[in-house]
Amino acid sequence: MIEEAVLGRVLSAALVGGGEFSEVFAEDRRGTTAVFDDGRIEQLSSGRDRGAGVRVIAGDTTGYAHTSDLSEAGLLAAAEAAGAAARHGGGGANVVALERRPTTHPSTVEVLPDDVPKARKVELLRRADDAARSAGGAVSQVSARYGDSRRRILVANSDGLLTSDDQVRTLFSVGVVATGDTGMQTGRQSVGHTIGFELFDRYPVEDLAERAARRAVTKLAARPAPSGEMPVVIGAGGGGVLFHEACGHGLEADLVAKGASVYRDRVGEQVASPLVTLVDDGTVADEWGCFGIDDEGSPARRNVLIEDGVLTDYMWDHTRARREGRPRSGNGRRQSYQHLPMVRMTNTFLLNGTDDPDDIIAGTDQGIYVAQLGGGSVNTATGDFVFGMWEAYLIEDGEITEPLREGNLIGNGPAVLLDIEALGDDFAMGSPGTCGKDGQGVPVGDGVPTLRVRSLTVGGTAA
Amino acid sequence: MSGDLGDVADRVVGWARDGEAVEIVVGRSRHTEVRAYRGDVESLSAAESMGVGIRVVQGDRQGFAYAGTLDDELLAEALADARDNAAFATPDPHVGLAEPDGVAVPDIDLFRPSLLAVPTDRKVALALELEAAVLAADPRITGVESAEFVDASGESCVASTTGIRSESASTACYVSVSCLAEADGVTQTGFGFSVGRELDDLVPADAVDDAARRATRLLGATKPASTRTTVVLDPYVTAQVIGVIGSTLSGEAVLKGRSPFADRLGDEVAASIVTLVDDASNPLAYTASATDGEGLASRRTPLIVDGVLRSFVHDSYSARRAGTVSTGNAVRGGFKSTPGAGCRALALEPGDLDQAALLRDVGDGVLISSVIGLHSGVNPVSGDFSTGAEGLRIVDGVEGAPLREFTIASTLPRMLRDVAAVGADVDWLPMRAAGVSLVIRDVTISGT
Repeated sequence: MIEEAVLGRVLSAALVGGGEFSEVFAEDRRGTTAVFDDGRIEQLSSGRDRGAGVRVIAGDTTGYAHTSDLSEAGLLAAAEAAGAAARHGGGGANVVALERRPTTHPSTVEVLPDDVPKARKVELLRRADDAARSAGGAVSQVSARYGDSRRRILVANSDGLLTSDDQVRTLFSVGVVATGDTGMQTGRQSVGHTIGFELFDRYPVEDLAERAARRAVTKLAARPAPSGEMPVVIGAGGGGVLFHEACGHGLEADLVAKGASVYRDRVGEQVASPLVTLVDDGTVADEWGCFGIDDEGSPARRNVLIEDGVLTDYMWDHTRARREGRPRSGNGRRQSYQHLPMVRMTNTFLLNGTDDPDDIIAGTDQGIYVAQLGGGSVNTATGDFVFGMWEAYLIEDGEITEPLREGNLIGNGPAVLLDIEALGDDFAMGSPGTCGKDGQGVPVGDGVPTLRVRSLTVGGTAA
Repeated sequence: MSGDLGDVADRVVGWARDGEAVEIVVGRSRHTEVRAYRGDVESLSAAESMGVGIRVVQGDRQGFAYAGTLDDELLAEALADARDNAAFATPDPHVGLAEPDGVAVPDIDLFRPSLLAVPTDRKVALALELEAAVLAADPRITGVESAEFVDASGESCVASTTGIRSESASTACYVSVSCLAEADGVTQTGFGFSVGRELDDLVPADAVDDAARRATRLLGATKPASTRTTVVLDPYVTAQVIGVIGSTLSGEAVLKGRSPFADRLGDEVAASIVTLVDDASNPLAYTASATDGEGLASRRTPLIVDGVLRSFVHDSYSARRAGTVSTGNAVRGGFKSTPGAGCRALALEPGDLDQAALLRDVGDGVLISSVIGLHSGVNPVSGDFSTGAEGLRIVDGVEGAPLREFTIASTLPRMLRDVAAVGADVDWLPMRAAGVSLVIRDVTISGT
C-alpha cells in the first residue's frame, strides 16, 4: 500500500516536534452488499475506501490525523498535524528503522468473494426468500442481505514494527415478518465468518431462512413476557452477549483505568461462580472476531479473563499497556483509519461446564428459556446491563412451554456472574455481532454452553 | 462553500449516457475532537473525510456504488460499478431519481464561518475547563469518564440528470462530559452536553450541571418492586422514544408491511393531546438542513394531529409507489448509502406545564431519567416496547428516592394512547427528535 522508505520518513516526521511514539495505520477496504426485500433484488452496491491515520504520542497525550491521500505528501501532512496535536499536551528528529514482521491469519480463505460473479451472490438472496416464504402462509415479508468485505491493513510504528493483514469477511442475514390475528412478529438469523464465499457450502442459506421464518411464526402465538425476577436458562450459542455486557466491557483496561468499571482493582478475586471460565480469543479460526493482527499491529491472542470464577486479567491496547509497563493483549482495534484505536473484545466466550443441558431445563421449576438473545448494553461503572430476547419461552415445572414476546432483561454484572448456577457441556459459538463503543463498531464473536442464572429481571408486561 | 464539490457533481452527471439517469451525492467534512483527562489532553484528532455515492437508474433498475475519494479515476470506477450493479436488480416500475417538485428550498443558514476560525488552543482549553468544572461541581464526584470538545463542518452537493442540484453547508460543535459519583462504595454515572453551530452557542456550565446532577441524584438508588404505574419521561428519554415511533411512520416501512400503523391513516392512534410533526426546515433542529438526501426541499409534515394519524413520510421512491408525492424525507447515512424514507426532525407539540408541575399532577409514579437497550428490547414491527431504566420515584408530586436496575414496558401503540400530558420544556437535542417531558400512564415496571 505504501513504500517502506516513505513510511520511515513519515514516522520520523511525525516525531519532529518531540513525540515519543508514532504510528501509521493504512487501510484499503472494498465491499459488496446485496439487498433483497419485498420480493425483489432491491439493490447491489459496492464501494471502496482507503486512507491512513497517523498517531503520535507525547507524554500522556495522543495526537491523531487521518487522510484519504496516500501519497507521501498527504501522509506527511497528516504526520505534521498529528505531531502538532500531540504537542498540545506535555511533550528531535528520530530515525525509524522498520523491520517487517510476517502475519499468520488464523482463518483460511478458499474463495475470495471478489472472484465470485455478482449473479451468484444475488442468487443466494432469491433462494433465501423462497425458503422463508415456503415456511408457511403466515410469512408476510422477507428481507435478505449479503455482504462481503476485504480489508487490507498495514501498521508501521517508530518502534520499528512493520506488519500487515488481509481480513476477509462474508455475511448473510435473513429477516422475516409473520402476520396473524395477534399482529406482526419478526424473526432474524444471520451467519458470518472470516472466510470467503465457501461460507455458503458450509451454511446453506435455506437453513438460515427457515430458522428466521420459524422464529417469526412461532412468536405469533407468543404471550407477553413476564415481569420481575426469575431463573433464566440461556441456550447454547444463543447467549454470549450476556457475558459481553455483564463483564466483557468492564474488563477493558481503558474503562478500568478511568475508574469506570465495577471490576477495577479486582484481579485475583472471585468475581464469578467457580463454574465460569471466560476467554477472549482473536485466534479462533473463521470466527467473526478473528484476525491476524489487531489494528495496532499486535498478533491476535487467546486471553483468559476469568478462570474458575477468579478474575485473571483485563484486555489491553497499546496506550494502556504502555502506561502500565506490560505487554499488549491484541485487543487494540478501530472501526477504520478514521478512528483512534481503543480496547475492544474479539471473540468472547465461556468454556464448557459438565451439566447435561436437558437437566438444566428440567431442574428449573418456573422461569424462562432464552434460545436467542438480541443485542445488549451496559453501564460499566455501575455494572447494570440489559439484553434483548429474540426467541424465548416460559419454563413451567421443568419443561419449555409457551413462546414469549420480545423484551429486555436487566441485571447487574457482578451479581449475575456469581449467580450462574448451572453450566452445560454443549458449547456453541453464536451469531456474528457488531460491538459499539464510543461511536465505533467492530466485528465480534461470542459463544456459551447452555447455562442457568439463578435470578434476572425479565422486563415484560405480564404479571 | 468552496464550489469544487459542485464541480465534481456536475462532472459526474455529465458522464451519464443516453437512456440512463445518474445521481451523485458528494460530501466533505472536517472535524476536530479534543479529549481531556486528568488535567491534560488525552487525545486530539483532526481529520477530513470526503467521498461520493453514485446512483444509476437504467430502465426499471437501480445500482449504487461509493468511493471515499474525489479522485477522477475512482469516480469513473464507481460510476462503472453502479452501472454494473444496476443490471442485477429486479425491475421495479417505481424506481427512479427525485425530480424537482417546485417546493421552495427554505432559507436557513446553518453555516457559521466563526467556528472555522477557532484556534486549537481555545478548543483544548474548553475541554480542560469542562473536566475541571465537573470535578469541582460536587464533592461526591470522583472521576470523569470523558470530557470532550468536538466541532465539525460539512458541505455536500446532490445533483442529477433529472435536474436536481442542491448544495448545502453546515457547522456544529458540542461539549460533552460524563462523570462518576461515588457514595458508600457504589458508583453512579451522569452525562451532560451542550450543542451549537458556533462556539458562542455553547453553554458548558449546563453540561456540567446536568452531568453532576444526573450522577449524584442516583446515589443510593435501589431496585423498585414490579408494578404498573404512571411514568414521566425526561426530555432526553422522550426524544429517543419518539425516534422509534418515527421509524414506524416511514412510508417505506408501511409499504413493505413492517409498520403497526400501516392501515391506520385517519384513525385516532394517540391521545388527543398528541401532535407530532417532522420538520427539518426548522433551524432549531440539530438535524435541520435545507434539502433532503435527494436534494428536495425540507418541509413541515404533520404526522399525528390531535391524536389522528395524518401522514407518513416519503422519499421519491416510496411516494411513487404509494401514489403520492415525496415529503422531502429521503435520509442517507452519508455518501456510502442510498436514500431511504425516514423522519428527519421530529417534535411533539408542547403542552403548558413544566416538569415540576407535571410531577405535581402525576402525584405518584416514576420519573425516568435514562434508558438503555432501546435497540434490543423495542421492536418497531411488532410494537413491543421494553427497555432498561434509571430514575426517581415520584412521591406526593415531587422527586423522591432514586431507582435503578429496572425495566419499563408497554407497546408502542398503547404508549401513544396512554399519553396523559406533554410538557412545555422543549429541548432541541443532537438527535432526530426534540426532547420534551412526557407523561405516560399504565406502564409496567419490572424490578424485584
